[in-house]
Amino acid sequence: MTATSPTGTPVVRIAGLRKAFGEREVLTGIDLDVHAGEVVCVIGPSGSGKSTLLRCVNLLEEPTGGAVEVLGVDVTDPDVDIDQVRTHVGMVFQQFNLFAHKTVLENCTMAQRGVLKRSAAEADRIARANLERVGLADRADAHPAQLSGGQQQRVAIARALSMDPQLMLFDEPTSALDPELVGDVLGVMRDLADGGMTMIVVTHEMAFARDVGDRVVFMDGGVIVEDGPADQVIGAPREARTRTFLQRVLDPTHTDVA
Amino acid sequence: MTTTSSTPAPGTLPASRRRWSPRRRQRAFRLAQYALLVIVLVAVALAIDWENVGTNFFNAQAASDIAALIPAAFLKTLEYTFAGFAVGLSLGTVLALMRLSSVGLYRWLAIVYIEFFRGIPALLVVISFGYAVPIAFGVNIPSVTVKAALALGLVSAAYIAETLRAGLQAVPKGQVEAARSLGMSHGRTLRQVVVPQAFRIVLPPMTNEFILLTKDTSLVFLLGLATSQYDLTKIGRDALNSAQGGLTPLFVIGACYLLITLPLGQLARYLEKRTGARSRT
Repeated sequence: MTATSPTGTPVVRIAGLRKAFGEREVLTGIDLDVHAGEVVCVIGPSGSGKSTLLRCVNLLEEPTGGAVEVLGVDVTDPDVDIDQVRTHVGMVFQQFNLFAHKTVLENCTMAQRGVLKRSAAEADRIARANLERVGLADRADAHPAQLSGGQQQRVAIARALSMDPQLMLFDEPTSALDPELVGDVLGVMRDLADGGMTMIVVTHEMAFARDVGDRVVFMDGGVIVEDGPADQVIGAPREARTRTFLQRVLDPTHTDVA
Repeated sequence: MTTTSSTPAPGTLPASRRRWSPRRRQRAFRLAQYALLVIVLVAVALAIDWENVGTNFFNAQAASDIAALIPAAFLKTLEYTFAGFAVGLSLGTVLALMRLSSVGLYRWLAIVYIEFFRGIPALLVVISFGYAVPIAFGVNIPSVTVKAALALGLVSAAYIAETLRAGLQAVPKGQVEAARSLGMSHGRTLRQVVVPQAFRIVLPPMTNEFILLTKDTSLVFLLGLATSQYDLTKIGRDALNSAQGGLTPLFVIGACYLLITLPLGQLARYLEKRTGARSRT
């Protein structure tokens, strides 16, 4: 949780990123650098473009304009082997997206075997180590449907970690969970952050953003409104829009008389 | 329905204005249905002239006359079905992928094909293979099985393509995104993630296609068959001409078709249950 000094080449360098779905502009000029070991939490109202920003990093969405450099490679370059870049970038989805027809273990070994060409024994060993790490070593042979949402999400994290990524993207990882299951997933993410993983986390968990995040980025209307140390952005926001948003999130029953 | 219904006591519901509760009405309605069913069955049983039915539809003599022909015809029907299905499934898969392609021309060609072959009767396609194709292309395909497979396969491919497309599209998008985010290529994602999950989804409608194809083999006689190539329907129709047992031959071959299709339905249900029990609740 040390505020990493921005030295060396950033893991992610986003410059002038724009994304439109047809006529609708979702991102209108985003600049963001993420350095090795940094945990950047992206917060903001729904529809502000947080998820789209994240999905542009591993090219699940194709940017309309601007540059996205990941580990020194411009992923918007049409000649880039995006599959190769993606093996270094883990992603965790709001809806878990575990492969429904495979066991927990197979979920964690499939891409290791097929993409990284690891041997069955090695893939198995790495998968089990990561399942151990998220506290689910004993559920290796279960199918996703037999697990709770929190367990499924932790398997999804283990699946991503099994590829030995250098960057992890989290797209609202706890938003689909029952409240009592959120803590387990956040705990795993906190361990990951403490271990030095570079992470971009789109989240509504303000406590997590404040405690675990090195930086917090507040987005609204397709732009970054505020970007700074976690304590400052959440504790003492400079921008009025940030303040209004945080007030609504932290004190939802409070009503403003307009 | 008491007089106090206008002002119920605090914390209680006003008395229902219905005489019977919904559950009670449902029970009464179901009893009425059963009673109606029994009445219809009894009426039909009484109306049938059982003696005539016996001699015309279930005539033992006529049945044993046709019995000798059945094993060969049964196998031929199976042969035409499987050959047709092989063509239909292969071509249908290609068409389904074309239909989902990002290339506009492929999509368009697939749609034209599907609309055409889905829209014309299978009968016309079979006749075309018997007469039009030899004339138009100057080639006569010597094997009846190949001709049957092509004719029936071309038609069923149109239906199978649509079934497969629906199945592939029914696999949640998140499954593809998860696979791609792990660095899996488009093709690998399709093979390892999408197709296995689509398989379970398309199993029931594919069973349907297979059964429809089984029955469509009754059109193969239009290709002009030698005796040894007769399918079930053909021997049934021929036997009708030797009038003795009335419609008995049709009943016999009907039973033969059921012998093929019923186990299929059973197998599909078994597979569906087996693959479904693990993957989804």
